Amino acid sequence: MKVKYFAWVRERVGKAEETVEPPASVRTVGDLIAWLARRDDAYAHAFETPRVIRAAIDHAHVKSDTMIAGAREIAFFPPMTGG
Amino acid sequence: MTALVTIRIQQADFDIAEEIVTLTKGRTDVGAVVSFSGICRGSEGSETIAALTLEHYPGMAEAEIARHAETAMSRWPLTGLTVVHRVGRIVPGENIVLVLTASQHRQAAFQAAEFLMDYLKTNAPFWKREESAAGTSWVEARNNDDAAAARWTKS
Repeated sequence: MKVKYFAWVRERVGKAEETVEPPASVRTVGDLIAWLARRDDAYAHAFETPRVIRAAIDHAHVKSDTMIAGAREIAFFPPMTGG
Repeated sequence: MTALVTIRIQQADFDIAEEIVTLTKGRTDVGAVVSFSGICRGSEGSETIAALTLEHYPGMAEAEIARHAETAMSRWPLTGLTVVHRVGRIVPGENIVLVLTASQHRQAAFQAAEFLMDYLKTNAPFWKREESAAGTSWVEARNNDDAAAARWTKS
């Protein structure tokens, strides 16, 4: 699946998007955050406070307990500050 | 007449008068237009702001605004609405966002405009980065914006 990062999450991870293949044990958005955070120091820094991270699956907001099966694109970003 | 919904995300500035004409031209069922413009301030507290840079999530930003536009259209008797959100670098005094709502009577237009802005602030995937003498930093979300959006879901 494709993963996208925005704002300071993108800056900390060091890339705007990538394709990841998490193991089957990674079932929810929260699992995916925990799995990404274990990759290296940059990811650990980006996801150090999971409760502030917002997520979207296929362009719609989701919560951390949402299942990721079937997702084409998952995005992670900080709370929004538009308008 | 069918309702007119316009949603745009763009780098360029917008002309409020032109947008109002587009929303009302050729129709006689509009009795009220409410216009809200968000403008880049030159200071935040005691800090002087040189510019804001707005980042967005292409695709989702349009989809999220469209979802809220649909909710506004079903909740209030609107004849149309317009949302224009700018991205890129914006300096103090420049426009950031425009919300126009049109209806037969003013109450629906006022309420729908406020609803749309409250949700844009908290749910539309845009992020502001601030440039000041101290360097650049991401603007933090405000709790009172969440509270403003939450009041529309209270029964």
